[in-house]
Amino acid sequence: METHASAQPDQRKTIRLRILRGTGERTSSPHYDTFEVPREEGMVVLNAVHYIQSHLDPSLSIRWNCKAGRCGSCSAEINGRPQLMCKTRVDSIEGEITIEPMQAFPRLKDLVTDVTANWKVAATIPPFTPKANAGDIYTFYQADVDRSREFRRCIECFLCMDVCHVIREHEADYMGPRWVVKAASLDMHPMDGLNRSKFMKDAGGLGYCNITKCCQEICPEHIVITDDAIIPEKERVVDRHYDPILWVYRRLKGGATAGETK
Amino acid sequence: MNGSMASGVLDLWAPQQEKESVEVNDRSYDERVCDVLIIGAGGAGLRAAIESHDRGAKTLVVCKSLLGKAHTVMAEGGIAAALGNVDPKDSWEVHFSDTIVEGQHLSNWRIVEIFAKEAIERVYELERYGAVFDRTPAGKISQRPFGAHTYRRLCNIGDRTGLELIRTLQDQVVARGVPFMDEVMTTCLFRDPKTGRAAGALGIDIKTGKLLLFRARAIIIATGGSGRVYQVTSNSYESTGDGIGMAYRAGAELMDMEMIQFHPTGMIYPPGVRGMLVTEAVRGEGGILTNSEGERFMSKYDPKRMELSARDVVARSIYTEKRAGRGSKGGGVYLDISHKGADHIKKKLPSMYDQFLAFADIDITKDKMEVAPTVHYQMGGIRVDPETAESSVKGLYAAGEVASGLHGANRLGGNSLSDILVFGKRAGDAAAKSATAVDLPSVDSKEVEKEISRVLSPFSSTGSANPFHIKEEIASNMWAHVGIVRNAVDLEAGLVEIERLRKDAKGLKAVGPRAYNQSWTDSLQVLDMLLICEAMIRSALERKESRGAHTRSDFPAKDPKWLVNIITVQEDGKMVRRTVPVSTPPQELQRLIKEDD
Repeated sequence: METHASAQPDQRKTIRLRILRGTGERTSSPHYDTFEVPREEGMVVLNAVHYIQSHLDPSLSIRWNCKAGRCGSCSAEINGRPQLMCKTRVDSIEGEITIEPMQAFPRLKDLVTDVTANWKVAATIPPFTPKANAGDIYTFYQADVDRSREFRRCIECFLCMDVCHVIREHEADYMGPRWVVKAASLDMHPMDGLNRSKFMKDAGGLGYCNITKCCQEICPEHIVITDDAIIPEKERVVDRHYDPILWVYRRLKGGATAGETK
Repeated sequence: MNGSMASGVLDLWAPQQEKESVEVNDRSYDERVCDVLIIGAGGAGLRAAIESHDRGAKTLVVCKSLLGKAHTVMAEGGIAAALGNVDPKDSWEVHFSDTIVEGQHLSNWRIVEIFAKEAIERVYELERYGAVFDRTPAGKISQRPFGAHTYRRLCNIGDRTGLELIRTLQDQVVARGVPFMDEVMTTCLFRDPKTGRAAGALGIDIKTGKLLLFRARAIIIATGGSGRVYQVTSNSYESTGDGIGMAYRAGAELMDMEMIQFHPTGMIYPPGVRGMLVTEAVRGEGGILTNSEGERFMSKYDPKRMELSARDVVARSIYTEKRAGRGSKGGGVYLDISHKGADHIKKKLPSMYDQFLAFADIDITKDKMEVAPTVHYQMGGIRVDPETAESSVKGLYAAGEVASGLHGANRLGGNSLSDILVFGKRAGDAAAKSATAVDLPSVDSKEVEKEISRVLSPFSSTGSANPFHIKEEIASNMWAHVGIVRNAVDLEAGLVEIERLRKDAKGLKAVGPRAYNQSWTDSLQVLDMLLICEAMIRSALERKESRGAHTRSDFPAKDPKWLVNIITVQEDGKMVRRTVPVSTPPQELQRLIKEDD
């Protein structure tokens, strides 16, 4: 362990950060480095990490982009809690700050993880498909907009994926909270004509979510992921596939099967 | 992965193969061949990718950040297009006139004409792609007022328009299965030694540090602007102007490099978030600017349009108030929207409400904000053909902020989002068409080897220059010497400093392994940033007048003899400039242009 910290720092003037270091998922053994960074008014964790990279250790790797809480790049676990480094105020934390990469994803280097598996999930979700009668210029109302707006706030920081124990433990083929939110945003789109419940039930593995609500607690965009997206999506699956009366009705009518139109 | 639970088909979250590690001096590269290579995946790059792919071209998108994180995501207020949903009198003709007039007649009229006409269909198309815009009571796309737009013209999605735009295009790209590689930084463009056509690019796979050689029949640059050369900026980390640098080094012409937009309202407190954007929609929704004396000072500078004057006017007014000692406590001015009530603010400006609460402990439904100008946009860039977005290098296209010609001397709010859709599509279309008409151009392997040596040099450097420090020095130099109000003495001093930093940059040192090494990638960015700064400063010295965003205290008046565009190009390894007159629109367009004053 390397220490860039003096023996008795003044906590009013400096912040002590412990950062998990290492390259690759398994090759090198991870270790913590400790750094002492001057405290500035209104400072966020990303500012402190930038200070380290610029002044103490240029080999530190961090993923960041907008530094304004909009792009969702600088996700990490700060004192064990999945958060955006750019939105976490240093003065909101007492004492030492420990920063680790998201643990649900393979580590690339230091605080940077490989989140590319998400794009494979994204590609499987049946995309926005306008209703047959939608026309070229849509007419719908603000109330329709407001119903799906919440899900469309997602900045794809993948913190919800990180906190999800189903994904963390690699136990199941579950698409994960981010992608349930995506599906919900499409299902709630006022002009969308697709029913995704068969996909959600089978390929999406929605049944694996056992509603611990961890994801909605940490969402930096305050999307109420479990209550507003996951539970309604589960209800859609139940309505479509497990409701005996509807099942008989559809059998008799010979109507649309799941996975087609709404 | 627990096999017994494999009910689905995703198999995604199982532990993955270890990524191969690369030795620091490894010169090997993987080769990727495509018809159309698109560099950059903001709105312009993604829209180009959709078009190119739909036209049947084998398309590959590479981008420096993760997919969906490009600077487009930061656009807030809206996308300008004359749908006439709220003000039926609006039309492409009025949008055309507004853009030309507020660009201080420096725009290319044909680019503006195409833009104003096609922006309308691009917005409806975006809606058909799945974007959900705010609505009018009649169920149409809603439009809000914005600075210097004659009519209410900005189609918006709360104050998150850019996020919705990029996510919608990203979904379309993913659903189409267009191949993309994110976190790949391109460092150099290659041209066919015989024909001079754009032929390929060298890239770094940032995740592993592995080198990549791309070969293509056509290349589109959509890498955005270079706001990060300034200390106080709303721009993302990746806005370092790599595309402009690469195109310049490949011999492409740049234009209007002196034209940098200072957005009037950036946050000034706390220090860590200085420069973060406060959307113009705050003023669009009725926000009021006041100085330390409580005076609504815009009444002195533009009594007619007040806070909704053009961005260059508002930014200069704030600058003037501060200089006259009427600034706010924190060194800016006050912006107040609290009179609109908490409900309205939280609904129309939710991100602004969150942003001030989270970062500055300010509740904007109750208290004033403190704001000051922040570097926001680059009007200049790669010079392009209006119809095809092709640069002066054959087979090399540019779209979005990286290109020039639309915004002239000042960009109107909301025009950049329609810009990226209109010219992203056009570039994708033209590149795909031209790609089918040519054989795969050749890349000179000696050039590739030379570039690999350049790219890897920071690892073998005997110097100890720190790229993060040099970036900071570049940024403070530009802020101090090439700001809102310029003069020859400052600009010359800025140039001297750039030359000094260029010497320092010879000793740039990369530390650590190749994988995700920012001391390495930032070192390479520094070199292009220095080039871009030089081009900006030399063009600013050349333009001896004040026009739009370019204000010279030593030449305070607008001068008709400067109705020219300044072109910057590399000739025999030297940066040279020439001026070309702005072309006059034909009579039927000329008569549309309505001067306000």
